[in-house]
Amino acid sequence: MEGKKLNGNESVVRLENLKKSFEINGEDVQIINGINLDIKKNEFIVLFGAGQCGKTTLLKMIAGLEDITDGNIYINDKKSSGFNEDVGMVYQTTALFPWLSVMGNVEFGPKHRGAAKSERRKKAQYYIDLVGLSGFEKHFPVQLSGGMQQRVGIARAYANDPEIILMDEPFGHLDAQTRYLMEEDVEKIWAREKRTVIFVTNNIEEALYLADRIIILTECPATVMKEYVIDLPRPRSMVSEEFLRLREEISRLADARESEAG
Amino acid sequence: MTKKEKRERKKYLLISVISFAAFILIWECVTEIFGLIPPKKLPSPRTIVNVFLYKLSNTNPDGSVLTAHILTSLKESVLGFIIGVGLGVPLGICMAWFEKFDLFFKPLFDLIKPIPPVGWVPIMLMLFGLSIWSKVTVIAIASIVPAIINSYSGIKQMNPVHKWVAQTFGASDRQILFTVAIPTAGPMIFAGIEVALNASWVTLVAAELVAATQGLGYMIQTSRMVGRIDIVFMGVLVIGAFGALFTWLLGMLRRKLVKGGR
Ligand SMILES: Nc1ncnc2c1ncn2[C@@H]1O[C@H](COP(=O)(O)OP(=O)(O)OP(=O)(O)O)[C@@H](O)[C@H]1O
Ligand SMILES: [Mg+2]
Repeated sequence: MEGKKLNGNESVVRLENLKKSFEINGEDVQIINGINLDIKKNEFIVLFGAGQCGKTTLLKMIAGLEDITDGNIYINDKKSSGFNEDVGMVYQTTALFPWLSVMGNVEFGPKHRGAAKSERRKKAQYYIDLVGLSGFEKHFPVQLSGGMQQRVGIARAYANDPEIILMDEPFGHLDAQTRYLMEEDVEKIWAREKRTVIFVTNNIEEALYLADRIIILTECPATVMKEYVIDLPRPRSMVSEEFLRLREEISRLADARESEAG
Repeated sequence: MTKKEKRERKKYLLISVISFAAFILIWECVTEIFGLIPPKKLPSPRTIVNVFLYKLSNTNPDGSVLTAHILTSLKESVLGFIIGVGLGVPLGICMAWFEKFDLFFKPLFDLIKPIPPVGWVPIMLMLFGLSIWSKVTVIAIASIVPAIINSYSGIKQMNPVHKWVAQTFGASDRQILFTVAIPTAGPMIFAGIEVALNASWVTLVAAELVAATQGLGYMIQTSRMVGRIDIVFMGVLVIGAFGALFTWLLGMLRRKLVKGGR
């Protein structure tokens, strides 16, 4: 899409010994304990972590919404500090503005940057169509199902043209059927509109279906436990032998992680 | 609006008209037709309509025609309401958004809040005499309190995720106030304005009962003293009609400004 180098090897996001602790009841509690990670351009990275172990916090740090306790985050080889317009985010809960229509929500980013009305409308319309919501432009979030709301959230993140898109368990609240459809669509969109995606989930099938690389995080405080490069052809079959084998292996790992944490 | 909603609205309107007509009919029956309640205690609807027409051109017993009373009351209530809401809403927003503002105004506000608005009448009477300003100031105080309380808590309800969304699009604090916090507070602010409107009418009548030479409250009070119960009833109904009219106007404005439901 852009005229940049397309050799696919440059690092877009680099986490260097990243640490985070919160002061909870006057005590410093470490949430993230030294994560190192190198993410390549247009890679689809899945972070597979335990519950309540800093996944959202990690994404918020990358998006510049949360201070870094220690270590560094580099985005396009520049040390990141605070807001970065190259990063967009899709949230765990529906984060749509209820007072804006679907169109109003999707064009929020471009409008904020001062894009002309016709330009931002065109852009927003493109992504509304892409997530399959043509005809719903004038609807308000309350009028949409949970799955449709997350589609709007995805369109909103894309419409601002960030190079990196963070997705924080976007389908966590959806039923299995909707979830599967959404996974298919996220993959299609990513295949068409190449971006670097960092996707958080605690669902193994979802991780295996989407990821170029799965990063398995430990229990709290989180560090990288293991990494899987998934090079199964896309779109993937969830019943292929290799898929099932990996699912088995990762779920055993997750069980071990849990029992270790007690 | 869908067809079904339109039908529902029609049904609702029909029921309201029927219930209103039935009420008037029963009233007319127990007074004029069967004479169950003497006219000295409860004048019939017919008498009230007649005295309404009579008061349009006659200054007995209180020295002014009805329209003059209405104009005075409207002037006082609308002026007081606009001053109260016009100051209260921005003040509530600022107190919720800027900590310094809050520290400065909170003690003063906590002191004024529990005072019943009518308690100010003697003070204002001494300051402004029988001029409209003794009523305007009391009404302004009556409406500023709910305006502040609701705007304040409306802003405090801002969803932190909405704030993150705006931040990842590069919004400054000031922009977040205008694009996220104030729209969030919209429904609460309107509810506060509605409460303020009610308070302004209630206070108006109470203030005019003791400190006026013209106005609906004054007309009611004078008529009561000379035993004209028909004028008392007519005055009360006129006040009710204006209250209903303003509530309706405000509802229209709210539907125009507050979109999407929460
Ligand atoms: N601002 C904060 N102040 C104090 N503690 C916090 C703050 N934000 C998060 N935490 C704590 O940090 C821990 C990790 O939170 P985080 O939301 O990042 O986890 P998560 O892995 O995303 O959880 P979930 O599985 O519920 O999505 C939690 O115990 C949370 O209570
Ligand atoms: Mg989370």
